[in-house]
Amino acid sequence: MKNMIQFLKSLTLGELLKGLGVTGRYLFRRKFTIRYPEEQTPKSPRFRGLHALRRYPNGEERCIGCKLCEAVCPALAITIDTELRADGTRRTTRYDIDLFKCIYCGFCEESCPVDSIVETDIHEYHFEDPAKRIITKEQLLAIGDKYDERITAMKVADAKYR
Amino acid sequence: MMEQIWVLIWTLLKIVAVVLPLVLTVAYLTYAERRIIGFMQGRMGPNRVGFFGFKAWGLGQPFADVVKLLLKEIVIPDRSSKFLFLLAPVISLGTAFAAWAVVPFSDSLVLADIDAGLVYILAMTSLGVYGVIIAGWASNSKYALLGAMRSAAQIISYELPMGFALVGVLVAAGTLNLKEIVWAQHGGLLHWFWLPLFPLFVIYYISGVAETNRAPFDVAEGESEIVAGFHVEYSGSAFALFFLAEYANMILVSLLTAIMFLGGWLSPFEGIDALQNSWLAQPHVFWLLTKSAIFLFLYLWLRATFPRYRYDQIMRLGWKVFIPITLVWILVVAVMKVFHIGWWFD
Repeated sequence: MKNMIQFLKSLTLGELLKGLGVTGRYLFRRKFTIRYPEEQTPKSPRFRGLHALRRYPNGEERCIGCKLCEAVCPALAITIDTELRADGTRRTTRYDIDLFKCIYCGFCEESCPVDSIVETDIHEYHFEDPAKRIITKEQLLAIGDKYDERITAMKVADAKYR
Repeated sequence: MMEQIWVLIWTLLKIVAVVLPLVLTVAYLTYAERRIIGFMQGRMGPNRVGFFGFKAWGLGQPFADVVKLLLKEIVIPDRSSKFLFLLAPVISLGTAFAAWAVVPFSDSLVLADIDAGLVYILAMTSLGVYGVIIAGWASNSKYALLGAMRSAAQIISYELPMGFALVGVLVAAGTLNLKEIVWAQHGGLLHWFWLPLFPLFVIYYISGVAETNRAPFDVAEGESEIVAGFHVEYSGSAFALFFLAEYANMILVSLLTAIMFLGGWLSPFEGIDALQNSWLAQPHVFWLLTKSAIFLFLYLWLRATFPRYRYDQIMRLGWKVFIPITLVWILVVAVMKVFHIGWWFD
């Protein structure tokens, strides 16, 4: 008897029609695709993307050349040279980050005593020449100047969780 | 002499008039397939390639694909049989297109109105298997050979229930001419053959899916087991020909199902008194295209829904389920026909 029912069930294609029903419903469902350049997924303020060097509001660069970031960097991506400036403070003459070596761990940012080096939420960048992978102090400062408001907003948003 | 040349040119023009829309339909069937399956899986499908800077829901995708395939290199495998290797896709496509010669699109739109149209179609669709076998053998690849063997065994197994289903149609219509088969279903929705021949109708369509090696019967391709089956070694335009043949066969099966079981170009509103004089009740090629579009959609729907059958299950279904059912139902149809049971065979 049980076999008979099973036989009739498979003969009427019941299970298969049920399956077709499921896919048929999904045909009209909302799609999960994010059409990337036009639409984007939300990004956390902790997102670690392209690096930047920040300045104080008076225009003085924050970095004091303590080399903590260079020391903590697990990928050895940071290279720093320093000099003693005329006003008696120590500043960097060279601050290179090799973006191919960098693993975007954020340790440099954590180690910085003056909040100079930060990782921004910028992730849409590319190089057409492998030599350009090393970004210099000037480039880092330029990024920091250009996206100053954005970086500040991110840090403010994340501050209460730290 | 002049007259004969004119007949030749006229026939050629008619062939172009059938093949050109067919190729375009194939192109957009691939687009529809990717879109619909994407939608059923919660994705978008191709929606980027358009015309002249407009995205147009990705409608330019098929043309981009065609250009890509045509520009690619045809790799001929080492120690393969070159002549047969290149002949196989031509056989596949040739037989797939040849079957279209007798398909009646409406009462007057038919390329060759021959008496044994049904037999001709069966013959042509069966010949397609040679393309597959030759392709598999000429490739000098074990995967291609395995795929070809599977495909051949499957096509031959499903030819039988398909043929038996058509015997049912033949008994019901009393003719082998496709046009007359449609006219035999005259009288509206309930006079079409799907009702008295319902099991045969379902079996014909499922066998058609198996016959064209489409999911869930696509063990001939079986990516996870035998890479891509008989066309592993094909690339570029040679692959495009196989692709074209497969889709042309899909459209053919859909059209034939509509012609033989759903009254072809006859209107579904025929026989309803209120609509008797309006255009809705008139036979038109539009009805045929709509009906076959439904079956084409079903092809894609099946592919989006079901996982691939196991090989022995396919064989079991063909030999132990379909053939007995068709044989029994042919008897039932014959009895209904002889003793005039039901309203459908008048």
